[in-house]
Amino acid sequence: MAVSLREYRARIRSVESTKKITRAMELIAASRVVKAQQRAAAAAPYARELTRAVSAVATYSNVDHALTTEPDRGDRAAILIVTSDRGLAGAYSSSILKEAERLLERLRSEDKTIDVYITGRKGEAYYKFRQRPVVKVWTGFSDQPTYEVADEVGEALIAAFMAGEAEGGANIFPGVDEVHLVYTRYKSMLVQEPVALRLLPLEVVEGEAPPEKDEVLPLYEFEPSAAEVLDQLLPRYVKSRIFFAFLQAAASELAARQKAMKSATDNAEELIKKYTRIANQARQAGITQEISEIVGGVNALADATAGHD
Amino acid sequence: MADSLRVELVAADRLVWSGEAQRVIARTTEGDVGILPNHAPMLAVTVDGVVDVLTTDGETWVAAVDAGFLSVAHNRVSILSERAEMSHEIDLEKARKDLERAKASGANEDEASEAVRQAEARIRAAERAS
Repeated sequence: MAVSLREYRARIRSVESTKKITRAMELIAASRVVKAQQRAAAAAPYARELTRAVSAVATYSNVDHALTTEPDRGDRAAILIVTSDRGLAGAYSSSILKEAERLLERLRSEDKTIDVYITGRKGEAYYKFRQRPVVKVWTGFSDQPTYEVADEVGEALIAAFMAGEAEGGANIFPGVDEVHLVYTRYKSMLVQEPVALRLLPLEVVEGEAPPEKDEVLPLYEFEPSAAEVLDQLLPRYVKSRIFFAFLQAAASELAARQKAMKSATDNAEELIKKYTRIANQARQAGITQEISEIVGGVNALADATAGHD
Repeated sequence: MADSLRVELVAADRLVWSGEAQRVIARTTEGDVGILPNHAPMLAVTVDGVVDVLTTDGETWVAAVDAGFLSVAHNRVSILSERAEMSHEIDLEKARKDLERAKASGANEDEASEAVRQAEARIRAAERAS
């Protein structure tokens, strides 16, 4: 009995230290998620102004651009999966990878060759373990993405897409005809949902601010030219979309981690309570046994002395 | 002045400045443009340089911006840039060092000359303000 009591006490101590760790992670995630939300909010004006500018160009000019035109044939697709660097975030990684799997399945059923681009170590590990080819991986920023990384990723994806446009010559690097983006959208502290959307070719939503019926359409001056403006504008638009996805994913990851760690802490508390009860029971049983042994011993002694007299 | 411009200077990761202004000067690929209230709608590509804004209170502030956009419509001016710094945020020492480093790394390379332009813009902005 005494042995198992010691065992229970050791188990309680181990659960207690686990609880301390999960509690700390929960608090860290909680403070970071607020920061991540603020960053996402701070980046919103840039995205909003860019969208406004893009739709202004789309509405007031009729210039076509390589990034907005549908390719004639789409037999090669690229997919960027935004995953986390670290685990312990509940179902965050698995649900985003599942969403990516679904998209891959759909693209495959359309007979497309797929190039996979990944951000985050979890996604990298997933693909490496299954020995699937990955074109490029970026890691090390999933909870605090910077614009520089989005710039780099955007640059790579646009290059892959444009390579397809410039095909015909001796192009060794096959270009992709569409680019998809899979990331986790942050809806609230409790709800984060994985989404897949098509990044390229761009679908420009016209008329961000639809003109009034009797209002004369403002004639935009483009400097140097509409084509040039679009040329500069669209890559930035793409990068800003990617940056936005990163920020959303970061907030989602931290929220998911906080939730997972909170339930881990709760579970640890539950376990400690349970083990404490069992340990107390064991201790009481031990005491009871000792008393009955002593009483038994005293009685036996008393009987023995009584017999002598 | 009855009319004023509603100005927003936006970097990729934050809103740097927003407010009312009488006049905005920015550098586009075609040269400097000055924008006064009731300017015709315009979309222009800007280069690394300095943005100069005269607010309705009669104050002037300058900011260094990287290449980006300027859009004007209905007295709303927005300046978009991947990176933008107000003059008081600029570390002049650091900008000077960046400039030297960029120059040393070979001004012929595209990237290096871009870095040179960016550093120069920051120094100009900081010096103008002081």
